[in-house]
Amino acid sequence: MMKSELIEILAREQNHLAYKDVELAVRCILEQMSSALASGERIEIRGFGSFSLHFRPPRVGRNPKTGESVALSGKHVPHFKPGKELRDRVNQAYQDELARIGQNTDDEDNEDVQASRAAASVS
Amino acid sequence: MALTKADMAEHLFEVLGLNKREAKDVVEMFFEEIRVALEEGEQVKLSGFGNFDLREKKQRPGRNPKTGEEIPITARRVVTFRPGQKLKSRVEAYVGPER
Repeated sequence: MMKSELIEILAREQNHLAYKDVELAVRCILEQMSSALASGERIEIRGFGSFSLHFRPPRVGRNPKTGESVALSGKHVPHFKPGKELRDRVNQAYQDELARIGQNTDDEDNEDVQASRAAASVS
Repeated sequence: MALTKADMAEHLFEVLGLNKREAKDVVEMFFEEIRVALEEGEQVKLSGFGNFDLREKKQRPGRNPKTGEEIPITARRVVTFRPGQKLKSRVEAYVGPER
């Protein structure tokens, strides 16, 4: 899903809002999140996750072309930790998917299927 | 102080003039629709911000940290976030807390 599709879905569900307003709202939310992180502020969304900064200490890197070493200063990188609800929903959907695939492949061994076939052949 | 959904709704109210109810709903749905897409196994790409990707992890041995008992960590799907170039360079410039 891309930003434009997210805007379309939200506009459809909030049909009392103008498309333009939904588009601006999404941009506004993302800009506020980016600028919070850029000023070192954490973001905490219950059930979704939290964003914070991780510090990467200074290190000596190498110019891959010349092999020359270059001193790289320390920097911060954005980090996301998924919240419990997001983790659980994503994983539950995956487990359901796995169970569906599993069921299709071992239908022949499935006791319920065999039992119902036996019942059908008796009657 | 961390940025929360309430702060975002307040900002939409102030900047875009949405009423408080609408602002709260839009923020709530913004995160809910991202969760729905990820739940459906779909990657979410927010240009300028970053991508939420999905990774499948195989089963691996684990341990109960309290009892030391070995229990396998079952195969699962997890969400990862890859910040976009624009966000990375904005954040890189942050020098750290003032001391």
